[in-house]
Amino acid sequence: MTELSRAARLEAALRTRFQPIFIEIVDDSGRHAGHAGAAPGGETHFNVTLVSAAFSGLSRVARSRAVHAALAAELEGGLHALALKLRAPGE
Amino acid sequence: MTDPSAEARIQRDIADNTVMLYMKGTPSFPQCGFSARVVQILNHLGAPFASANVLEDPALRDGIKQFSQWPTIPQLYVGGEFVGGCDIVTEMFQSGELETLLREKAAA
Repeated sequence: MTELSRAARLEAALRTRFQPIFIEIVDDSGRHAGHAGAAPGGETHFNVTLVSAAFSGLSRVARSRAVHAALAAELEGGLHALALKLRAPGE
Repeated sequence: MTDPSAEARIQRDIADNTVMLYMKGTPSFPQCGFSARVVQILNHLGAPFASANVLEDPALRDGIKQFSQWPTIPQLYVGGEFVGGCDIVTEMFQSGELETLLREKAAA
């Protein structure tokens, strides 16, 4: 697990849980360097875009909560900020 | 478990203030870009709001995450209900839903 970058781990966890038809993960840590929560090795701030049928019929809060739950281990392990764009197909 | 005094404070905050923002820093001096963006949106909409700086109070910082079951700051409450963090507030601002919500709750 430590062999993989956090971006790769996030992608694997999200693909398994949501089977997205589109997924994009951008490590935005560099832009937050020096900010509280940023770590020397980076990998603290990510922008995630997901399009998944799993989000159909769910509120924005419910979609985000589902993603937080799928990434709970990362959020507890140094993932500091997660900007989410979560869509159902056709939105 | 949410710290009981933090939980009591949060319940009072969100009951007493129609628009309540938990943020890093203060509205005039936000200490995080995500908090700054939410402040900017609320100011743009002319919505009066109260805020709490979680950086000044570790029990509140943990407490609000537990209370909302939401892992990040900022967090916005309107009419006692959790609205979301920076992404959701931004999306709702862009779609016009936030302005509608604020107007409804301000009138209530």
